[in-house]
Parts: sequence; structure tokens; C-alpha cells
Amino acid sequence: MSVVIPPVAERRGSLVHDTWVVAKRGLLHMRRQPEALADVTIQPIMFVLLFAFVFGGSIKIPKSNYREFLMGGIFSQTIVFGAFGVAIALAYDRTNGAIDRFRSLPMARGSVLAGHAVSSLIRALLPITLMSLCGLVVGWRIHTSAIKAIEAYALMIGFSFAIIWLGVLIGSVLPTPEAVQGIGFVVIFPLTFIASTFVPVTDLPAGLRTFAEWNPVTTVAEALRSLFGNPSTLEGHQLPWSLQHSVLYSVIWMGIIIAVCAPLAIRAYNKTISN
Amino acid sequence: MHAKLSAVSGPNAIEAEGLVKRYGDKVALDDVSFEVPQGSVCGLLGPNGAGKTTAVRILTTLAVATEGSARVGGLDVAREPLAVRRLLGLAAQDATVDKLLTGRENLIMIGELHHLGRKVSAARADELLAQFELTDAGGRLAKTYSGGMRRRLDLASTLVARPEILFLDEPTTGLDPRARNDLWDVLEGLVTQGTTILLTTQYLEEADRLADDIIVVDHGRVIARGDSRELKRRVGGAQITVTVVDPGNLPTIQREMARITGSTPSVDEATKTVQAPTAAGPRVVSELADALADANIEVEDLGLRQPTLDDVFLRLTGAPIADGPTEETGA
Repeated sequence: MSVVIPPVAERRGSLVHDTWVVAKRGLLHMRRQPEALADVTIQPIMFVLLFAFVFGGSIKIPKSNYREFLMGGIFSQTIVFGAFGVAIALAYDRTNGAIDRFRSLPMARGSVLAGHAVSSLIRALLPITLMSLCGLVVGWRIHTSAIKAIEAYALMIGFSFAIIWLGVLIGSVLPTPEAVQGIGFVVIFPLTFIASTFVPVTDLPAGLRTFAEWNPVTTVAEALRSLFGNPSTLEGHQLPWSLQHSVLYSVIWMGIIIAVCAPLAIRAYNKTISN
Repeated sequence: MHAKLSAVSGPNAIEAEGLVKRYGDKVALDDVSFEVPQGSVCGLLGPNGAGKTTAVRILTTLAVATEGSARVGGLDVAREPLAVRRLLGLAAQDATVDKLLTGRENLIMIGELHHLGRKVSAARADELLAQFELTDAGGRLAKTYSGGMRRRLDLASTLVARPEILFLDEPTTGLDPRARNDLWDVLEGLVTQGTTILLTTQYLEEADRLADDIIVVDHGRVIARGDSRELKRRVGGAQITVTVVDPGNLPTIQREMARITGSTPSVDEATKTVQAPTAAGPRVVSELADALADANIEVEDLGLRQPTLDDVFLRLTGAPIADGPTEETGA
């Protein structure tokens, strides 16, 4: 007996269904290619250890422990680096013909990109968990309440999701994984360093300081520091609005990143078909 | 000017009308029109860079034509791409199976994206694995498959939703002869079930074996069409060739061959070969063999060579096939 399949008219798809099918595939890819997870596992742990033990000794934080200051910055930076993973995965899909295969299927518009975004978000939980554990080992602590801690982790997940859409856009626009590596490095890397990631913004020269104060990498880091009750080094300084309301400002950025990147990415993705 | 297709019965599964595709200054398709009747097999024959893949990409909604229109299953590919995708199966030029999924997972994913439901998709996956002799390999990652297995899995994945119309872009390129024959058998089976197939190929032999109609394309234009018999007649049919040991015998062979075939043989001194077109088939071979035996001429090789794509091109365009993508832009 041959398998009876539903007639064409009865096949019903949806954005959620198709997105989940693509996301499941992405998760299988991660499980079967653990070496490709180095950037979200080994790298953040390396950064924690490097700054805690090597550079940390020469960066002075007034009245407190540098390792406690460090963690908010490393969380923020690692989340931003998450843009690479999804961008590279998408670029690979395009170069090896997977995108063409998806395109020849009756899938909901945007579901390929959304599927990549969902699997990448699940992937992003890995470094957040690992860094938290690593932080605890080197002396980082949460000094506030459980509710504040939940807010902090929710903020990280939200920021991850926004950054992933930035990565989706990069992966939809750039032609090859190599281009993603190159451009991504030039754009994303400085963004995470001209911020309060590793040093207090108040120590930066004037021009850089203004940039850093309004850089969402800084505001996410500062929001996390305040939610966790870690030293922020900002007390006693004249603060711009972005740092007075670091949580709200960061959330606004997330909204903007998603609202801009998602439609642009879907457009770029659909545009490549006309060629 | 296009020659009319031989009497078309029933509706067309595929219709292309004046398709033009330009990439900047480069013209990949230059006013291509053809139609494929339902349940028939159409072979798009041409060298690399002729525009075959571009035509397939437009018909399967992967690319948008610069000019012209196309309908697949009666639906306009530009206006209703989603509905068109429900009807078609596409095997692209490079087998695009997912190497990090198992064979079975590949097929289930395609079924789910055709919205067959998980259970039906799984049952259909097992059925196809059996049909393509991949049951034992079904649980292994596709990256461990051989080239032939990957091709089979690729073809199986295009059949998951039982498409009415199948597009195959050079389905047997890179396959060994046995795998190629197996694949041809599968395709013939599909045709008997009523599937319409459009396949592209560089091999006249493949188009000959599978296709009802052959469309020859070059530089983005249709340069000939017809069934394989018509096409071969235009090319001049098969070539009878003789290679001798002693070049001194070449004139004698040339004379005998002219007498038997009634056409003008060509002599290649360097390879010690004489050849002439013939429409008469194997009978000519035995006649010539007898004649050469009577004359006591030692022969190294004697045979009938079917026309190849090279012969078709030489005859139709007056130029041999250029290697790789062509520089000219159909001016």
C-alpha cells in the first residue's frame, strides 16, 4: 500500500509551523556540529578568565571588585557576538543551496529567517548559562532579589533576540560566510569595545565617552549591573538620559533593532530570488 | 522563428512565453518560448551556459523573468508562486540534501514543509527510502552518503509531496553509468504514473532515452526542437567510423564507404580514421565489414557512433560547443 497524502487543497501551512520546522533543523545542526559552538561556549569563558585574571589586575574599579563589574559587560558583549553565528549559518545555507530548496517549497513568507532566529535564540541560552556559572566561580554574585535577577535574564534574552535579527540581516545581505566574518568583525567588534564592557565609561576620552554612553552595549551592561546589584562606577557622575534609564533605553533599542532589521532582512532575502 | 510542436493533446503542464532574463549586460535567456504537454517528458538540451538552469529557475519561482511570462500547472509563476510551489518538485543541479540531517530527517522535513503532517511525512519518508534503496542508510547523516546516494535522496525529496510536475536540472551529471541507468528507470516509472517532467541535460543520449520532445538551447535561444528522431535526422543520424592499422588503406576505405553509405566520408589521417554519416543503421556496418574483409584490410576499430551533443551543435550552429559560460550575449 502506498502512503496516502493529503490533496493540495487540504494542505495548510502557517508561519509558526514552518518557522518551527526550520528551527528544529537549526537545533539538529548545532547538536551535530558542536565545534561550531566554540564562539558561544569556549570564547565567553575565555573572556571571563582573561579579564578576571590577566587584565583585571590593572583596571581599577573604585571601592569594589573588578570581577563583579566585569560580568555585566561580558554578558552584553557575548550577546552581541551572537549575531555572527546566525549570520554565518544563513550564509552557509545560501552557498550550499539549502535556501534554494526552501524557496522551491510552499513555505510561509519569512519562515526561513524566523526559523534561524528561533534556533539561534535557543543557542544563545548556552553562553548566558555558561558565563553565569563561570562568573560564580570567579567571584561574581547576584546581590539583589530573585525578581530583579529574572528581569536581568529576561533583558539578556530580549537583547539576544534583537541582536539575532541584526545577524539575520547581515547574513541575508552578505554573500558568503567569509564576508560575514570579515565585515562582522569590522563592525561588531569595535561596537563592543567602545562601551563600558571592560572599563568604566567615565575613564574614556570625551568623544568616545559620548559614543559609549549612548551605545546599547553599554546600557545593557549597566542595566545588568544595576539589576544584579554589581558595581557600576557611575555614582557621583553627571549621567545622560541613556544611563539614567538604562533598562528602558535598552528595551527601546531592542524594539528599534527588530523593527528595522526584520523587514529589511526579509526584503533582502526575497530580493535575491529575482537573481 | 520557432518550429511548431507536433500535435499537442490535452492541456499544457508548462508554458513559457517569450522568456527573457538579463543580468546586467549579460543575456541569459533571449525570448524563449515552449510548452510541455501534461504527462510528457521534455528535455532541455544544451551546453554549459546555454540558459537551461535559468529557465528552470524561472519556472520553479526561484528567479523572476526580466520579460515574458510562464505558467506551471496553469498558474502564473510570477503571480502565484506559492500555489505553483505546491505542484512542483525541483532537483537542483547540485544535490541540495541537508548533510547534517539523516536521509530520513531530510525527507520528513520536506514533507512537513509541504504541510503533509508529521505522521504522513514520516510514513512517506520510509516509503521513499525503500523505493530508492536507502532504507539501511536512512538513519545515517547524509554527509556520509556517496554521490549516487545523495542524488537518489535528492530525487526522493522532490517526490515527497507527489508533485504533478517535476523539474530536474542535470539529474545524472556526475553519476556513474550504473547509477545513471537506475535513475532513468525511476524517472520512466514516474512518467507511466502521469508525472510531467522537464529535465535539462548536456547528453543527447539522456534526452533521447527519456524525452518525448527535445528543445535545444544555445546562448539563451531555442535553436531546434522536435522528438529525438527528427533531431537526429537533422543532424544526419549516426556516423559509421573505421580506424585502420595501415594508413595506406585509407583511400580504399573512403571509396568503399562512399559506395555503401551514399554520402561523402571524411578522412582523418592523424587518427587513421574514416567516417561518414549514415541513416541506414547496423546493416551498413556488416556490409562495410564484409567489403573490408574481402579486400584483406586490417581494421583496428569499426562501428556506428550515435550523434552526440557536439554533433548536434556542429550541425545546427556551425560551431563546436564553447567551453563554460559563453561570452557572447546573443546580439
